[in-house]
Amino acid sequence: MSLRLAGVGLTHANGQVALSEIDLQVARGERVAIIGPSGAGKTSLLRLLATSLQPTGGSVQLLDCQPWQLGNRARQTLRARIGLIHQAPPLPARQRVVTAVLAGRLGQWSWPKGLLNLLYPLDIDGARAALQRLDLGEKCFERCDQLSGGQLQRVGIARVLYQAPELMLADEPVSAMDPVLAAHTLKVLNDDAQQRGATLLASLHAVDLALAHFPRIIGVREGRVVFDLPREAVEPAALEALYANEQLQPSHSEAPTTGSVQIPRC
Amino acid sequence: MLTHLQRDPATLPRLLLTALVLLVLWPGIQISELNLGVLLQADNAANMGRFLADFWPLAHSAEFLQLLGRATLETLAIATAGMALALLLAVPASLLASRALSLSAAHRQGNPSAWSKALRWPARGLLIVLRSVPEIVWALLFVRAVGLGPTAGVLAIAITYSGMLGKVYAEIYESVDPRPARALLIAGSPRLAAFAYGVLPNAAAEMLSYSVYRWECAIRASVIMGFVGAGGLGQQIDLSMRMFAGGEVASMLLTFLLLVLLADQLSRVLRERLL
Ligand SMILES: Nc1ncnc2c1ncn2[C@@H]1O[C@H](COP(=O)(O)OP(=O)(O)OP(=O)(O)O)[C@@H](O)[C@H]1O
Ligand SMILES: [Mg+2]
Repeated sequence: MSLRLAGVGLTHANGQVALSEIDLQVARGERVAIIGPSGAGKTSLLRLLATSLQPTGGSVQLLDCQPWQLGNRARQTLRARIGLIHQAPPLPARQRVVTAVLAGRLGQWSWPKGLLNLLYPLDIDGARAALQRLDLGEKCFERCDQLSGGQLQRVGIARVLYQAPELMLADEPVSAMDPVLAAHTLKVLNDDAQQRGATLLASLHAVDLALAHFPRIIGVREGRVVFDLPREAVEPAALEALYANEQLQPSHSEAPTTGSVQIPRC
Repeated sequence: MLTHLQRDPATLPRLLLTALVLLVLWPGIQISELNLGVLLQADNAANMGRFLADFWPLAHSAEFLQLLGRATLETLAIATAGMALALLLAVPASLLASRALSLSAAHRQGNPSAWSKALRWPARGLLIVLRSVPEIVWALLFVRAVGLGPTAGVLAIAITYSGMLGKVYAEIYESVDPRPARALLIAGSPRLAAFAYGVLPNAAAEMLSYSVYRWECAIRASVIMGFVGAGGLGQQIDLSMRMFAGGEVASMLLTFLLLVLLADQLSRVLRERLL
């Protein structure tokens, strides 16, 4: 079993309930898409699975370990086996692409090796190979602040490809890409997971992409799992209910708002 | 379930803060007895005028220039050696004192556990102790202990400046974007590596400019410590002032100006080239 959540709840420090009563089991090698409206709790769920957030209730089991029962050292070892592609790539502007990608293996390297790699990149070929799969090989020695949004997002993905984790988590990995590139990138992620027998969970805003690339679909709304189905069983009605939004009805009789409604994507 | 706040919730704290600043500033001016009027009184102005008139012509005999050159080199050496020693202590202490590298903060949204905060106190305490005594006091102590000469100046700068550098470095680490380092910690990276890959790229420019500025301050400090016998330009100025050699004093003040200019240019060049 790759991950097992039982009755997991998560309340943020400001009292905002992001997840409640989540029960979820994902077997090794499964590929799952998480969909749901903005603010549903997709990022919170993925961060919880990446041990980047500690649950306020319930039990979490990842790769046959209980991360919150481990000591610091053992938890860091477990974390090196889990890779999270962040919604906004957390890369320092001045860092070079090759360094940013090679940083994926810092958890597997000793710290002296990590520092040495900063002076001279120890595995240029490895980094370039990861970048090439995302059609970014020629940007290897550019600086991160010289890339476009979609390119930066692919650098973040290349880092996790280079890390080669057993549990791959992707938070809207293609939100800044054009449709062709998005499809290609999702295919690369799925192929990589399949080849290595790794588990892949990705949150997506584009339902068609989720249905096209992932065998299992989980719908999340208001911090709860609404449905958890194989893709063949996902009905249009279920999707409509998932994304229904009372706040955005045109018959809202407030003062007239100028311009179009903006849905924040942060 | 939308709650509409009628007013910006930050208004009240901001108003209070402004009131507080004003409240603190006014008594400060009163207590320090700041009175710019004394500068304009007739005999004071005349005294100053006489002293300043002596400044021209600048002293520039070959013998004096040689002396000046030696003293300048000594001052630069004191400042540089003092800074180097200070860095040896400041960098490790800043890493220990900063919460930017806290493992528990990584999964508690940047808020370290009470335990991890407590562990940071000894390092913070050390930095406070190091910088709480002014360098001139250390210099006086060391002049007693190791005798007149540059060693006293170097040690005094090393001690005080390690405290200042360590504190400011630790705060720079905390002020840059924490997400890159947190993302690395969450991927299992050791803390030192997370620092080097996640914090340093964003912090380096500010650390560099602060360090060069501190080096500039160390030059000034080494001059002041020269007055108590710790070598360098300060000792020389002290001598020249006692002999009422205004031209020599003026030459040395000009040298300061050049040194500060040099530090300023160095900072600019380093920031442009290295980053
Ligand atoms: N750091 C935080 N502190 C407080 N509340 C938060 C924090 N992060 C998220 N939330 C809240 O938790 C809820 C779920 O947020 P989350 O980021 O998981 O949504 P999401 O499904 O990823 O949305 P999106 O599709 O817009 O990225 C939201 O109501 C959000 O306001
Ligand atoms: Mg999100």
